[in-house]
Amino acid sequence: MRTNMPTSLFRKSLLGLTVAAAMSAAHAQTAEVEVLHWWTSGGEARAANVLKELMEAEGYGWEDFAVAGGGGETAMTVLKSRAMSGNPPSAAQIKGPEIQEWGELGLLGSLEEVAMAEGWDDLLPAVVSDVMKHDGEYVAVPVNVHRVNWLWANPEVLDEAGVEMPTTLDELFAAGEAIREAGYIPLAHGGQAWQDATVFESVLLATGGTEFYQQALVELDEEALGSEQMVEALETFKRLRELMDEDMSGRDWNIATSMVINGDAGMQLMGDWAKGEFTAAGLTAGEDYLCAAAPGTQEAFTFNIDSLAMFRVEGEEQEAQHALARLVLEPTFQETFNLAKGSIPARPDLDMSEFDQCAQQSLEDFQRTAEAGGLVPSMAHGMAVRADVQGAIFDVVTNYFNSRDMAAEEAARRMVNAAQAAL
Amino acid sequence: MSLSSPAVQPAAGPGARRSSAGLLQAWLPKLVLAPSIAISLFFVYGFMLWTFILSLTSSRMLPSYEFVGFAQYARLMVNDRWWVASTNLVVFGGLFVAICLALGLVLAILLDQRIRQEGALRTLYLYPMALSFIVTGVVWKWLLNPGLGIQAMVRSWGFESFRFDWIIDPDMAVYTLVIAAVWQASGFVMALFLAGLRGIDDSILKAAQLDGASLPRIYWRVVIPCLRPVVFSAVMILSHIAIKSFDLVVALTNGGPGYASDLPATFMYAHAFTRAQIGLGSASAMLMLGGVLAILIPYLYSELRSRRHG
Repeated sequence: MRTNMPTSLFRKSLLGLTVAAAMSAAHAQTAEVEVLHWWTSGGEARAANVLKELMEAEGYGWEDFAVAGGGGETAMTVLKSRAMSGNPPSAAQIKGPEIQEWGELGLLGSLEEVAMAEGWDDLLPAVVSDVMKHDGEYVAVPVNVHRVNWLWANPEVLDEAGVEMPTTLDELFAAGEAIREAGYIPLAHGGQAWQDATVFESVLLATGGTEFYQQALVELDEEALGSEQMVEALETFKRLRELMDEDMSGRDWNIATSMVINGDAGMQLMGDWAKGEFTAAGLTAGEDYLCAAAPGTQEAFTFNIDSLAMFRVEGEEQEAQHALARLVLEPTFQETFNLAKGSIPARPDLDMSEFDQCAQQSLEDFQRTAEAGGLVPSMAHGMAVRADVQGAIFDVVTNYFNSRDMAAEEAARRMVNAAQAAL
Repeated sequence: MSLSSPAVQPAAGPGARRSSAGLLQAWLPKLVLAPSIAISLFFVYGFMLWTFILSLTSSRMLPSYEFVGFAQYARLMVNDRWWVASTNLVVFGGLFVAICLALGLVLAILLDQRIRQEGALRTLYLYPMALSFIVTGVVWKWLLNPGLGIQAMVRSWGFESFRFDWIIDPDMAVYTLVIAAVWQASGFVMALFLAGLRGIDDSILKAAQLDGASLPRIYWRVVIPCLRPVVFSAVMILSHIAIKSFDLVVALTNGGPGYASDLPATFMYAHAFTRAQIGLGSASAMLMLGGVLAILIPYLYSELRSRRHG
């Protein structure tokens, strides 16, 4: 008899689920969009709310489907189970090559109608619009552009150590020595696989240049992955460990940022979402904290673009979905959202006077590198390769970085294996 | 199900009314149990089967049914990270079970000496079990962090050369998992052993004493063999805790440094859910299941058989 109790409980919850499902189905009929995203932290949630208000002002409903969890892993798991049961949301926060994977499954709907009307092809840089298209048709809309190759610094620590903001890797190592002698941690870092990869790709960009980056980490060219240049990048990357503190293992990136904010550490290599932490601490860019392109990568821009991919829907819901796609790229949302998120707008034609110094420099570099060819997708943030390849590269990078005795040649060889295994 | 056998008997008697009531009585337990059996058949064994089927496919982000035979298992066998995870499980599982048993037994024997405040002490030792592994993981993460925890504390006492930095050492990180897990579970094993000790007939002990056996000898030759069924239950519970350990790793080391403290459960999760490799993840899940069965079946077999004979 005892086993019966959980059963009835289970049945009740099953009933509850059925009712909830029926209710959400009823909602969907009144020109609503359901948007799955993980913009759940304070500033981000406020920014997402702007989109909701814009939608409601046009007479559409917005059903929020926020799934918390920084990197969106939980959200993607939820999305997969929804898609498998044949009930995907109208839009979901999907980025990079994953858009292509969803497109290949035939689940995404075309946005060509909106794109033509709004002239997206003229609005967006080709590198960005390529990511948003599947089979030559827009299936996703970019929300913002993050730059990954940034160096953040605490000016007081730099002053005390008597160094300037480093612009090359040699200067970075020299500055690091000086900062250590002044009694601070030179480089704040968190020992997590994605953070290791974030630093690694900036180092590789500095030692190998954009062309090599493109070959190795985007095209997965085996020759490039096993080359001398790769070994050099790996060795330089490992040397950076000397500038970090011992206790970094497992530390979250925002803790590392707060070490820079508190003046325990001098610098940090991290994407521009770090700015959110500086802003939250009440600091002003250019005065209380400094930003510059990661040493040696002034001519490059590793981008990490958040986007909303649109699932195939019908009738009124499609109308609402197209309205959503249009609103996302309109200046109102682009400005408010990116001011809150620390990134720059996906369309380069906006007035940037509201933005801080770092964001302005970011946009300037974005346009400059887009023309000169230094604009590359970030491997560490899932813009360059599929999730399985990215994971395999992460394994090699983080294992090499943490291992005491692995040679760089061995790591390069494993990198080639990782790329092969993924094919 | 054994309940139903006495209920069957009235149904066998004559009389339509009695037989329909009897039939109901006979079938009611089965009817009531049927949904839960069906649910567990479907959700446990059905999904096990589904996982096996998926492990034979080339599924990436979503399940697909393009069969590739045992290719995913072959990929797993050459995956360096999988071997690290499996080796870690052997080290972690072995040490965790052994230390918990030893520590639990010693604590139980010491507590069994009719000491004062036994109830309070027992609660104290048992308490960690009331915490979630996430809490244990986070607390030990801070304690073991060289800059914050034990190392920093001892150094601040003046022992400048003291080192306890296992959590940042790729070769030692897996042992930090053992420390935290033992801290959490040994009190529970103690409670199991204590119950077992209380169940031993005093007359056996008295007889041994009369025969002139020394106290250590009584424990070694009489008490501990009597505890064999408890050891059986404890090993069962501890080994399943070890194999499904996931939350502890996530909270304590998150598999790091690098992936030095990865366990098969975290490997499986990473590949199936975040790296869009459902096929490979399913293959690793099947191997985990195989590992569990390989340990449990011989053990169950030998224990149950010897008990029937004994």
